[in-house]
This record gives sequence, structure tokens and C-alpha cells, in this order.
Amino acid sequence: MKIITKSKNIVLNVLIVGISTIFFTPGLVIFINSLKTKQEARILNLSLPEAIKVINYQEVIERGKLISSFLNSALYSIGGVILILCITTAGAYVLSRNKTKLNQFIYFFIVLGIAMPINYIALMKVMQFTNLINTRIGMIILYTGLNIPISLFIAYGFIGNIPRELDEAAILDGCSSIELFYKIIFPLLKPVIATLAVLNFMGIWNDFIMPLYYLNASSKWPMTLAVYNFFGMFQHEWNLVCADIVLTSIPVLIVYLLGQKYIVDGMVSGSVKG
Amino acid sequence: MNNNKIYPIYFTFGMLFIYSIFVFLPGLIGIFYSFTDWNSFSDELNFIGLENYKTILKGDPIYLFYIGNTVKFTLLTTIIKTLIGFVLALVMINKNVRFRNIHRTIIFSPQVLSFLIVGLIFRSILHPSKGFLNTTLEAMNLGFLAKNWLGSIDWAFFSVIAVDIWKGVGYIMVVLIAGLNSIPQIYHEVAQIDGAGFFRRIIHITIPLLMPSITVVTVLNITYGLRVFDSIYVLTNGGPGYATGVVNTAVFKEFSKGRFGLGTAMSSLLFLFILLISYFLIKGLNKKAVEY
Repeated sequence: MKIITKSKNIVLNVLIVGISTIFFTPGLVIFINSLKTKQEARILNLSLPEAIKVINYQEVIERGKLISSFLNSALYSIGGVILILCITTAGAYVLSRNKTKLNQFIYFFIVLGIAMPINYIALMKVMQFTNLINTRIGMIILYTGLNIPISLFIAYGFIGNIPRELDEAAILDGCSSIELFYKIIFPLLKPVIATLAVLNFMGIWNDFIMPLYYLNASSKWPMTLAVYNFFGMFQHEWNLVCADIVLTSIPVLIVYLLGQKYIVDGMVSGSVKG
Repeated sequence: MNNNKIYPIYFTFGMLFIYSIFVFLPGLIGIFYSFTDWNSFSDELNFIGLENYKTILKGDPIYLFYIGNTVKFTLLTTIIKTLIGFVLALVMINKNVRFRNIHRTIIFSPQVLSFLIVGLIFRSILHPSKGFLNTTLEAMNLGFLAKNWLGSIDWAFFSVIAVDIWKGVGYIMVVLIAGLNSIPQIYHEVAQIDGAGFFRRIIHITIPLLMPSITVVTVLNITYGLRVFDSIYVLTNGGPGYATGVVNTAVFKEFSKGRFGLGTAMSSLLFLFILLISYFLIKGLNKKAVEY
């Protein structure tokens, strides 16, 4: 009996290592080839490079204009995250605490947006009308709008679990409603703020559709669109394309490894409460 | 105390304002335009009633083909992701498996990458002559298995589905792990004492008690599958021919051809369909859930 369990466990461990390999290998192929010469990377395989060509990265950064697109990506993601956090936590707090008919309606009205398809042409009309098309601030506001529904949904669920007694005590102590929110409630929202920050950061960083439609100046492009363009131009230099893919992925991978707990918690709780 | 005073409604104005203008309003405008012949060739806008919807559902059969492809994509990815995700989740809660956290981190990691990046990675890996997959198969003397993965009509749809599963199955696994962990251990122990084997316990205990998580996963998968765009756009852009075209790549095509009215009609149909299907799924699957 013991031997059977033991061999079963070995099979299970081997199996899962095999599965992880399937998920791991594509990234490894890209990484190894990003360090090769153009000739070596003519065919993508896992053979190690003769000499490690870190210079590929330097070349990509210069020819792909990665510094400016990195800064654009950072601006859109960080700006978007801050704006989303400010307005959705405050809104979710009021909607969750004071469940009047109107507030319930507002909640469902906004959460409906999770399933709504984006009508790009109609949105373009709106962007033109508000003079936000082809502007950086327009990108930030647009990303904020698109991410409000799911962020509200997650924050609303979390705030429901914070005891109301706190509010009453604070009001009795003479807090105004604004003080109550920023001094008492906001600090308690740290876990959900971390979750929202990480999820929204990754979502905005990874997007390439919005700039594809609403930014025509390449100086305002984020990294994703820059890498897509680069792929089209340098398709015969796999080493450079691979280096560009690695550079574009590194920021989200770092955020993922640091904030893994919040991502998984957020995605699970956000979905389970639905 | 007055709730409206403690919880002032103007706290919601920021999000209400931005959401209404940049999400709701375009949606509304879109539905309005779906009843018109709005296009980029003429400045005139005529109200044509349900004509666009008729074209999609009865006119050119290519639209029905796109809808069929979308449904096929959705069903296949939903079933395969749920099955693989379930098996992976069962493995991941087994205490005898080593390095579970590392495996989970690796399997979930494609989920955090951009669709664009995943698309570019696989366009390189699946490249017919220079890609990693085919060159590896040839090196192993399995060259006859090498295919033009993304470029042939027979394999493109299959490849797109495989890449999509590779990207998304980690998320499904993680949701199911959380569901499995919330099932009290005592049920399994009692059943084991009663002599129920592994598979009987899975069918009679695990799956019924996991129904809430399975509902969530199904709704997530279906609403995602019906709306799929990014990964197909980057991998094949709907080609070769029409082989991997789905509703949203067709909408994109209509828009780039300047037929805005028809495009928005397709978009609106999809929205209606997603709303209906999520509603019935949540209702139907929740009924089957067991309380404990």
C-alpha cells in the first residue's frame, strides 16, 4: 500500500513538473534568444548563445524608442491607478454604506459596464467631442472609465465587511463625513487598495487597443504598441524582437511577483462574490 | 443620524461622471447607430430600422459563420479550461506535491502578460520554418508532425484555442483552488471511512460542493470567450481567409471598412447575448449548488 502511494506521488510530481515546463518554456525560448546574435537567433531554439549579447537590449532601447514609451506606459498606468483609486473607493464606500434606492440603482448602472462591449467608433466621437483624442490625459481618463465597473465591484464587496460601528463612533467624536472617510475608512482599505492598484496597473500596462485607436502620434505610444510596431519592422531580427518582448514584460512580471498575493486574492474574491 | 449626510452622494459623482461619458454614452450611441446606415462614405444618416440586424442574421452567411466560430471557440475553451483547471487545482491541493507555490506561480504567470506579448511570443514559437515548435519537432525526428500552425486553414483555429488555454487556464485553476480549499475536510474523511474511493468522492462530494466556483468559472469563461478579440487579432487577425474570424474581429473589420452601422449592430447583438446568457447561467447553475 505504501509503495503504491509513493509511486503515485512520484508520478504526480513528475506530471506537474512537466506541465509547468509547458508554461515556462515559451518565456525561456524568448529570453535565451534575446541574448543571441542575429545569425544564431535565425532559428528559435533552446541552444545557448555563444556569447551573451546584452548589447541587443541596448540596441532595442535605442532603435525601438523604448525610454519614451516606457515613460508613457508608466504615466498611463500610474495616473490611471491613482484616479481609479480616488474615485472608486469613495464611491464604493457611499454606495455600500447608504443603500438607498437611488444608490442601489447607481451601483447596478455602473456594474453593468463589466459586460458592456466597447463601441470604438462611438467612443471615438466622444473622445473627439471632449478634445481628449490624441492626448495623454485622455488616455488616463479613458482607462479610468473602462476600469471603474470592475474596481467598484471589488471595492464594494470589501467595504461591506468593515463594521459600521466605526463610522458611528467617529461621527459621535465629531468627525465630518470627509474626515471619516479619509482618516478612518481609507486606512482600513489597504488590502483592497493594493489589489485594485495591482490589477489595474497590469490591465492598463498590458493594453494596446486604446492607443491603437485613440493615439496617432508615436511619441505618445505605450510600450505594448511600440513593441507591436517593432515586431512589424524587425521581424527578421528575432534576437531584437525577443529582447523587446522581455523588456515590455519585465515591469508586469515584477509587479506580479511582488503583488502575487493581492492579484490572486483580488481575482478570486472579485469573481467569487459575483 | 442622517445617512445621506454622513455618506454624501457627491462621493460617487467622480466615478459616475467618467463612467457615464466614456463607457455608458458610447454604448448608448452605438445602439442608436445600429438602427442606421451610418458609414464613412456619406454624410447622410438614414434610419433603417432592423435592416442591419437582418443582414447579420439572414443576409450574408459569413456573419453566421463568425457567430458559429465564436460559439465554437467559447464552448471549446470553456470546457477544456475548466477540465484542465480542475485537474490542476486537485493536484495543487495535494500535500504530497512538492513546490506547489512555484508551480502555481508559473502556471498563473501567462495570465499577467499582455495579449499582445503572448501573441507575439506564439507567433515566434509557432513560425512554420523558424519557430521553436517545428524546429524542435524536426530535431526529434518528428518532422512529420510539424504544421503551419497559424497559417493553415486546418490548424489555425486549433492553435488559437491552444494559445488561449495556455494563457487563461492558470486563472481558472486559482479560482478552483480557492473553491476546493473552502470545502470542509470532514466530508472527505467521513466518506473515506465509509469506503468511498477517490473518484466517487470527486463526483459525489467535491463537484457538488464546488458548484459555486464552477458557476463563476463558467460565467467568466463564457463571457470572455464570446468577447474574445485581442489574442485572435494579434495571432491571426481572423485569418487565414476567414478561418479564425469571430464576432469581435468581424466588428473590427466592419469598422475599418467604414460600415459603422453594421459594426455597431453586431456589437449590440453580442452585448444582448452576453447579458442573457450570464443571467441564465447564474440562475441555472446556482440552483444546482448544494448548501452546506
